[in-house]
Amino acid sequence: MSSRTVLTSDDIDRAVTRIAHEILEANTALQKSGTANLVILGIPTRGVLLAERIAAAISKAEPEADVSQMLGRLDITMYRDDLASNPTRAITETSIPAQGIDDKVVVLVDDVLFSGRTIRAALDALNDFGRPRAVRLAVLVDRGHRELPIRADFVGKNLPTSREERIRVQLAEADGTNAVVIES
Amino acid sequence: MSQNKHLLSAADLSAEAAIEILDTAEGMSNVNEREIKKLPTLRGKTVVNLFFEDSTRTRISFELAAKRLSADVINFSAKGSSVSKGESLKDTAQTLEAMGADAVVIRHPASGAANVLAHSGWIGGSIVNAGDGTHEHPTQALLDAFTMRKRIHGSASTGKNLSGVKVAIVGDVLHSRVARSNLLLLNTLGAEVHFVAPPTLLPANPANWQAKLHYSLDETLKTEKPDVVMMLRVQGERMNASYFPSEREYSRIWGLNADRLALLKDTAILMHPGPMNRGLEIDAVAADSSKSTVLEQVANGVSVRMAVLFTLLSGERVSDAS
Repeated sequence: MSSRTVLTSDDIDRAVTRIAHEILEANTALQKSGTANLVILGIPTRGVLLAERIAAAISKAEPEADVSQMLGRLDITMYRDDLASNPTRAITETSIPAQGIDDKVVVLVDDVLFSGRTIRAALDALNDFGRPRAVRLAVLVDRGHRELPIRADFVGKNLPTSREERIRVQLAEADGTNAVVIES
Repeated sequence: MSQNKHLLSAADLSAEAAIEILDTAEGMSNVNEREIKKLPTLRGKTVVNLFFEDSTRTRISFELAAKRLSADVINFSAKGSSVSKGESLKDTAQTLEAMGADAVVIRHPASGAANVLAHSGWIGGSIVNAGDGTHEHPTQALLDAFTMRKRIHGSASTGKNLSGVKVAIVGDVLHSRVARSNLLLLNTLGAEVHFVAPPTLLPANPANWQAKLHYSLDETLKTEKPDVVMMLRVQGERMNASYFPSEREYSRIWGLNADRLALLKDTAILMHPGPMNRGLEIDAVAADSSKSTVLEQVANGVSVRMAVLFTLLSGERVSDAS
């Protein structure tokens, strides 16, 4: 098995900062300000950590905005379409910011976009919490091989891969190191 | 970790598996607090509630749990069915199998009925024991453990066991499947179990039980200072001999009244599996006090049963696979 690092710690930081600015820019076009009515939801496990980093970058760019009121997490285990056949993961906590998601612009954050099935599950889960004005998707890596008509609005890096390869996103908070690695 | 197909006894659960169910129930209880209390997880699955004995909260709780996970629920009670025409458990089970039940929740007055159903080959689905005679009631034990954990650790309860918690189970231990399942699960989770009952209401050979025995409630409350006091229902329907002289005497010596409530330490909680005989094993003052978790137990029952159905009915569980 060979492995190759495609994003270093600095690359990840730059990608997160860029995504944060793109989110603000896109939201300005829709709302009064970059952070108005914005809700950022991370999808466990790595998506939650990335969402926290994006929120920190937003807070750096817009110091007067209270990002802690925008940040949440969305566990999608119970909405997966492969529960009957595949190994399931233990479910974790879901927390939606107190303001709710009705009429908000919700940005879903995940580490890798692959088949698109996780995002479909996340869209279903959102449905049970309210009716957002719009839902956007931010991912660190888009590796292709979509099985559903889903695309990301904010992408850290497009990474053409073969199906056999495995993408490992490592973040310091969970793995002690920051890197994106392709294993084949 | 391999997954059990059935839940027949609290002894089937390892500490790891029990904590996993409790943690899952934690997630389910969040669902029960939101506006749309429904998950699509068990869509297309059929859960049959097979109740040969009267029940309010267990049946409703299982029904609600299955419905909140989007399963189809069929309620079957012995009264008003072919069982009253003399149909055997085997024929009833095979009928359900022919109709395609994915899980059968069974309550039966005979101890071991769930076990027979699970191992007879009459039925292919998962079996959940919802109380069999005087044997076991594992989901009650899980919801009691969940309630204790929640009261003791609050929002930080995920992943925790019950080590060091002192639990006094008081009253009709002999006829109580709740006491048996609780004893097994609480020991697995590291708690210390005390049985407090008149000798006539303790099982024969009490020395075989992994619990400390006491024959005086006042004495136990004063010296042991339990963290949890669980009052058991006096099971009038199973009392076919005189186990105690009179209800008034029982209530005076074994009932949790205002005086005994005052003996509990501030952090102690008072549990009852329901239905309560108010004025017999528990007084209204105690039942309605802030220490009482009776209604929390009912609410937690739905979350715990959702977790059980989810664990049994969703694919082979392998930890940390992606």
